[in-house]
Amino acid sequence: MLPITLLSIFGLVVLFLGFQKSKNLLLPATLLFATVVLASNFLHWNDAPSLYFKDMLFENKLTMAFSGIVILSAMLIIALTRGFADDESAQPAEYYAIMLFSLVGAMMMIGFKNLLMLFIGVEILSVSMYVLTGSDKRNLRSNEAALKYFLMGAFATGIMLFGMALLYGSTSSFDITGIKSYVATNAVPSPMFYIGMLMLLIGMLFKVSAAPFHFWTPDVYDGAPTVFTAFMSTIVKTAGFAAIYRLLEGSFSGAYNFWWMTLAAITILTLLAGNVTAVYQSSFKRMMAYSSISHAGYLLLSLTALSSQSQDAIVFYSLAYSVATISAFGVLMLVAKETGVRADDDIETFDVFNGLGKRNPLLAFVLTVSMLSLAGIPLTAGFWGKFMVFSSVVERGLTWMLVVAVLMSAVGIYYYFRAIIAAYMREGTAGSLRVPQFYRLVLVATTIVTIIFGLLPDILKSLV
Amino acid sequence: MLTLGLILIPLLAGVGVLVTKNNNAKQLALIGALIELALAIVVFIQFKPNATQQFGFKYGWMASAGIHFSGAIDGISLLLVMLTGFLTPLIILSTFRQPYKNASTFYALILFMQSALMGVFTATDAFLFYLFFEAALIPVYFLAAVWGGENRIQVTFKFFVYTIFGSLFMLVALVYLYFQTAGTHTADISSLYKLALDAQKQGWIFWAFFIAFAIKMPVFPFHTWQPDTYTESPTPATMLLAGIMLKMGVYGLIRFILPIVPLGLATWGKTAIVLSVIGLIYGSIIAIQQRDMKRLIAYSSFAHVGLMAAGVFSQTLSGVQGALIQMLAHGINVVGLFFIVEIIFSRTKTRNIEQLGGITQRTPHLTVYFMILMLGSVALPLTNGFVGEFLLLKGVYETNIWMGAVAGLTIILGAVYMLRLVQKSMFGAKSAFTEHFADLSFSERAVLLPLAVMVFWMGLYPNSFLKLTEPAVNNLLQMIHY
Repeated sequence: MLPITLLSIFGLVVLFLGFQKSKNLLLPATLLFATVVLASNFLHWNDAPSLYFKDMLFENKLTMAFSGIVILSAMLIIALTRGFADDESAQPAEYYAIMLFSLVGAMMMIGFKNLLMLFIGVEILSVSMYVLTGSDKRNLRSNEAALKYFLMGAFATGIMLFGMALLYGSTSSFDITGIKSYVATNAVPSPMFYIGMLMLLIGMLFKVSAAPFHFWTPDVYDGAPTVFTAFMSTIVKTAGFAAIYRLLEGSFSGAYNFWWMTLAAITILTLLAGNVTAVYQSSFKRMMAYSSISHAGYLLLSLTALSSQSQDAIVFYSLAYSVATISAFGVLMLVAKETGVRADDDIETFDVFNGLGKRNPLLAFVLTVSMLSLAGIPLTAGFWGKFMVFSSVVERGLTWMLVVAVLMSAVGIYYYFRAIIAAYMREGTAGSLRVPQFYRLVLVATTIVTIIFGLLPDILKSLV
Repeated sequence: MLTLGLILIPLLAGVGVLVTKNNNAKQLALIGALIELALAIVVFIQFKPNATQQFGFKYGWMASAGIHFSGAIDGISLLLVMLTGFLTPLIILSTFRQPYKNASTFYALILFMQSALMGVFTATDAFLFYLFFEAALIPVYFLAAVWGGENRIQVTFKFFVYTIFGSLFMLVALVYLYFQTAGTHTADISSLYKLALDAQKQGWIFWAFFIAFAIKMPVFPFHTWQPDTYTESPTPATMLLAGIMLKMGVYGLIRFILPIVPLGLATWGKTAIVLSVIGLIYGSIIAIQQRDMKRLIAYSSFAHVGLMAAGVFSQTLSGVQGALIQMLAHGINVVGLFFIVEIIFSRTKTRNIEQLGGITQRTPHLTVYFMILMLGSVALPLTNGFVGEFLLLKGVYETNIWMGAVAGLTIILGAVYMLRLVQKSMFGAKSAFTEHFADLSFSERAVLLPLAVMVFWMGLYPNSFLKLTEPAVNNLLQMIHY
């Protein structure tokens, strides 16, 4: 568990770097630290699965793959924070440190073996997010979003903890294998177990914004500074789904017949709520919030099926989704002229993209590829993500759920294409748009990854 | 390997065009398309007329899951490969007098489209087919939506969402079929042929495929996107849509529905024929009332494709053969007709046939070519349209006499709207719009001459194409009748 240790130390180092007058060192240092952590994550790639910290944390290829996605996403997003240092009211050192600390939480969620670790991980990640959401201190929306997120999140955490207590009461174990063996040995588990399981799942589903626990998402995504919105919608989601997958697959797979109906209902509801509401948004950022809900729906689809394809599907989907989302938010930040953590109100409608194809063809192309990938159009990674999710569902024989998913994919095309149409077919303000070097690097990288995985999806599979 | 070349050459040429300066783009694009045509001709000459798959390539793609990047050409593919190879350079050449802004992107998109179309017609892996089927949509969407007419944004958007929506059902069907294959699963199309599902499942899969292909073609009642899109798109994009892309749907019917879901077809085939024939009559009647030339040809195209679909669903040798030859003939005629509309429009700035007339006196070349293409389109004997329509009607007639009789009306109705089109636009008194009408330029004749030659070649000696497809079609039909 070298990465967790390193992340904690590096976080502290970044805090101390903040004492220096010049803030210019912070971004390169944080990026360097994240790179080191990424490398250390894959250090034990070929080793057998192992346990750490008194068997509280677990590490195998799956957890390393998820951690890899999370750290990589974080690196890309950190590279997009160039404006931090220019903003006199911002505290860049704290933001970078919190981002690194939050990764510790994400990694604990991914690698937990003991429910307590899951809880601690969720809390570390969530508290970091509450702070980052409110980092635009003078903006009312940002403050409101942070408070809303915190209140709702705290409530969900409470439910989750209650669920864990009930699980402990019925199975007398916090360990996921202990719970699994309880399910295996007890043909008729106690009602307490069922209630505990559902409460735990509800707490987790809140974190990944599945309907009907999604109401916080649009306001929080909208109010938070865009760079942290990107952070939330990629890292929290990936870690959350990794945790839910490990719970369902590691502990509750024996009780599949009990929970699958519940999860199927939540999945359908999430798909409908996310996609249908996204159509009516005029703000691009709010649309992305609903889009993230809808993608939670597709990932849940694969979890509901829980077949042999599910694992690959979730890893691939998370990666494709994260990369495309970072692209989209990166372009939005540039076009909306955001510097650092500050944003003016209501400048993030679809109209900001008007005429982007003329103003900056590169950005327009990046946006197009990202939207195509999110919409699941072939030749992009997003298509194979959907393909794998659909495969896992067909393998389980839940073809009827696919029909809903397919209809919702078609709805998805509608709102993603609005951005493309704005970029290429609407007249916008004249004047070209300058793209800072770091941004260019990140956006080109995410676009290339999206296309390469769109052409050769097998690359990832041969790695994992 | 030749097949892989057919897919890669336009792709590379497209990338090359994309990075050149705007004023050299069209020449370079034309050269790329001509190289592709030369390759297609090599394939045509070397092709052995039997039922085997030739010039194949196969690479691992998601090899562990049995999904391959593989393609090959059999008789059915060959005709469409030839059509794509033949029409693309002509479509590029047809734009030579018309300047398009951002020309390098424009021509690159045409070439990308060609690459994807070649992929669709040659893929032997079901998921590769799907990938190209969708990929073909992206370039043509941008061509239509960026360079199109006034209402282009809404119209092309409807087109895009509609067609993707349809293909998603096909994706579900393909994934389902894929998981029905034995062992570690394979997405090879020929192994999908060997699945023997029960009749009810085949019925579901039939509809999933049918919706996808029916939207693409389009078949009644999924046609509502088509007239607007054809009218609003810039003419090269309309040519691509009507001349080649429409054939993706018919090709899909032949390649997937016939052999994979014969029982589904036995149950629902008649319904499909009825829908196709309704579309054919409906499209013809609306075409008779159109004033906009482009819209008129759009509806005529809708009517023609209805007959092709009915022929395929008849599951007879003459029906499928007729559909194949008619795809070729229709591609040639419709591209020619759309080009003539564009020629008239670029000189008079109107497409309304009420405002035209009196063009014939000073334009012998244009008149002759227009007549030839029109006669091909109304299926006059000795032209290409006759062979196809005759075989198609024979096929439909063999399955159901009444349907055959109703479908036969297409010949009469087709003659009505096409003759009206020519008569109103070309003959009669001059109007203010046609005062100074100049005859064809060299590049325009260079487009129309090959098309006219093909009209007669296919009309006089159809066997040079029919004999290539017959073994493959027979092979396919044997799979249906167990």
